[in-house]
Amino acid sequence: MSSDIRFTDFKSDKQPTWCPGCGDFGTMNGMMKALAETGNDPDNTFVVAGIGCSGKIGTYMHSYALHGVHGRALPVGTGVKMARPDIEVMVAGGDGDGYSIGAGHFVHAVRRNVDMTYVVMDNRIYGLTKGQASPTSREDFETSTSPEGPKQPPVNPHALALASGATFIAQSFSSDALRHQEIIQKAVEHDGFGFVNVYSPCVTFNDVDTYDYFRDSLVDLKETDHDPSDKAAAKDVIFDDETEHQGIIYQDEESVPYHEKHGVDEDMSVIPDGAPEGATDLVREFY
Amino acid sequence: MAADFNWAVGGEAGDGIDSTGKIFAQALSRAGRHVFTSKDFASRIRGGYTAYKVRTSVDKVQSVVDRLDVLIALTPRTIEENLEELHEGSVIIYDGERTTMQDVEIPDEMIGIDVPLKRLAEEAGGAIMRNVVALGAACEVAEFPIENLDSALEKRFSDKGQKLVDNNKEAARAGRSYVAEEYDHEFDYDLETTDEDYVLLNGDEAIGMGAIAAGCRFYAGYPITPATDVMTYLTGRIERYGGHVVQAEDELSAINMALGAARGGARSMTATSGPGIDLMTETFGLIATSETPLVICNVMRSGPSTGMPTKQEQGDLNQMLYGGHGEVPRFVLAPTTIDECFWKTVEAFNLAEKYQLPVYLTADLSMAVTEQTFSPDTFDMDEVEVDRGNVVDETTIDDHLSESGGFQPHEITDDGISPRAFPGTADGAHMSTGLEHDEQGRRTEDTEMRVEQVDKRNRKVETAREREDWSPREFGDEDADTLVVTWGSNEGALAEAVEFLADDGLDVRVLSVPYIFPRPDLSEDVEAADNVIVVECNEQGQFADLVEHDVLERVDRINKYNGVRFKADELADDIKATLAEGVEA
Repeated sequence: MSSDIRFTDFKSDKQPTWCPGCGDFGTMNGMMKALAETGNDPDNTFVVAGIGCSGKIGTYMHSYALHGVHGRALPVGTGVKMARPDIEVMVAGGDGDGYSIGAGHFVHAVRRNVDMTYVVMDNRIYGLTKGQASPTSREDFETSTSPEGPKQPPVNPHALALASGATFIAQSFSSDALRHQEIIQKAVEHDGFGFVNVYSPCVTFNDVDTYDYFRDSLVDLKETDHDPSDKAAAKDVIFDDETEHQGIIYQDEESVPYHEKHGVDEDMSVIPDGAPEGATDLVREFY
Repeated sequence: MAADFNWAVGGEAGDGIDSTGKIFAQALSRAGRHVFTSKDFASRIRGGYTAYKVRTSVDKVQSVVDRLDVLIALTPRTIEENLEELHEGSVIIYDGERTTMQDVEIPDEMIGIDVPLKRLAEEAGGAIMRNVVALGAACEVAEFPIENLDSALEKRFSDKGQKLVDNNKEAARAGRSYVAEEYDHEFDYDLETTDEDYVLLNGDEAIGMGAIAAGCRFYAGYPITPATDVMTYLTGRIERYGGHVVQAEDELSAINMALGAARGGARSMTATSGPGIDLMTETFGLIATSETPLVICNVMRSGPSTGMPTKQEQGDLNQMLYGGHGEVPRFVLAPTTIDECFWKTVEAFNLAEKYQLPVYLTADLSMAVTEQTFSPDTFDMDEVEVDRGNVVDETTIDDHLSESGGFQPHEITDDGISPRAFPGTADGAHMSTGLEHDEQGRRTEDTEMRVEQVDKRNRKVETAREREDWSPREFGDEDADTLVVTWGSNEGALAEAVEFLADDGLDVRVLSVPYIFPRPDLSEDVEAADNVIVVECNEQGQFADLVEHDVLERVDRINKYNGVRFKADELADDIKATLAEGVEA
């Protein structure tokens, strides 16, 4: 790993087609900087992206990457990390990808605690399909397919993570560049599943959860007496419906990632050119 | 064919039928006899009729038959369920002291052997051993030396302590002595032993063992009958060879985990049955178009929907051949015997990596839960070869970089095969995507690149057709007027059926096809035969359709797949050109 890696090395030669002003630009910059700061380079990094505006991130970044099927980014990341504990794995997707079509995988990825980073670019809207309600849209948020609002309250992803046994739960805001990068970096460094929900505003289809809204309402946990190692305190933050927070909400300092806990520590890409040594033992078992 | 002996133990699910049957099958195998087992079972944990059947001979046996010589019946229903197979002189071993068996009626032409299984078991150390008492009784009836049972009992119970092993041996002897003392009947059976060494395994186990042998390191799956045994087999074993098994939250996740591991450079696999394939089909196009090598094992059962989960069917052929939206090549292998399950699994991994595409490896319920004996040499690990295809490293990657220095995992090549770089390879960073892409894996909607990539992917199939051996297995009379074609697990039954037919003076030629796609060209064989019969365990004749498809050459084709619709003037020109070519030809 070379020490002269700069975050721009993680940029591909494709120009993003995100709308000018899209929150995803800031989200991606923070991810690239965090990867570079933590000593990674594109050749030892694997980025898995979902589907939607956010899913395009794999195309705009330069690394080993897979742009997969809608909602299944986490299982792919899990497979990569199991096979290659030596590779830095970062999974990125939107709120629809993670909390709607992929919600089932979110719960189980959290409880497996595989050592990877999961960045959810949460704009509380479906952008690529031109503005429908997402699982994090407010209950009264009017869209073309929900003229009276989605008729159901938004999911609370942090609560879902906490209930599933998360070891790292954080919230950042794409526009607060330094703080966002710092939080992603903490997630990358975390020994286990580092989950960061990023407020990444959609300037085209969401006129409620805007830059101004988040700028005005966000309280940084760093500036409070919140102790991220205190699960009960984390629960209070997560269920505080009155306040939007950013920062590290919960981190289990004792977290042992899946591959260490279960001895999945080999580079599985290396195999012999015949049956593995001792394979004949398998035949003998059938006597 | 030497005389075969057909034996079964039946009762309710939860009665220990499986382990009892397995002990007897293993005892026969260790005594140098060939064994072929089958199961009648229901999709439930307790209750319902279940049976474990064993056919054995000193010669190879590769099918079940409709005949039962000795039956251990733990319930009256076991007898009812098997009346068709029981015959004059069949022996039924039962415990007349068991409440449910007190009034049981043994048909007049059969021989009832009433053994107090539970009482004798209790005397030997515990009622739980009553089935072993029955095994001892069966040994006496079949004149099978009881010592052969001992090693099977040791294998089954040794991890639970020598005392339990000894108690079981005693229970078996109690059953044998009881029959010897109480019944002076001369039974017709004499299960001779030989010096041969055999191993006994089922199709799922053969697939699992093949996967480890082939260097598979990662398996993700979701339990489903009848594929679960693949996962059960790998769990606790693959770890010894540096691998890992994950039970995923569903099949959607399982196949995506397997895909992730494959992108990481591991030989990776998942196994499921039809309902799981339905879910996995979501990801199938991504695997194929991102040119990811993956082995997807489909152990078929009776569908559609939940169908008959514990019953046999070969109904998923079209699903594997055509499942998924859009068009993208895949290989479909269908081993025809249990030993071939091992070798075709090895081959599936090599094909997947050489041609960088998903390979369906399909077995079916009959093969999955059937155990058969083989010489251990059948699975000679020294014969296993691993071919990882075109993988580049730091020293060779330079030949595959674009002018701007980007690695080209979808490089347009003559044989359609592009280079692969595993994560961690310097200068190899690249995108894999379900979007149509250029040589570097970057999204494109360029009409020319689209066509080049489609053609490149299809060229891999043509290359494989030329480079690999896709031959069917042939047996029977090669000059016969009648050709019988089959695929998958029907081969064993057909092989024995050919002998029955020959006894009746009817000769047939058989082609047993383990390759569904690419598949051997059977058109000449079909044309040469007076009668062609395709045998398969489904209603629609899905493989028969393929055979007919392959011999029919009637239509010319005009195809367009660059993402643009047909235009009227262009289409008129295309039709003219096609007709002109036809005239020239």
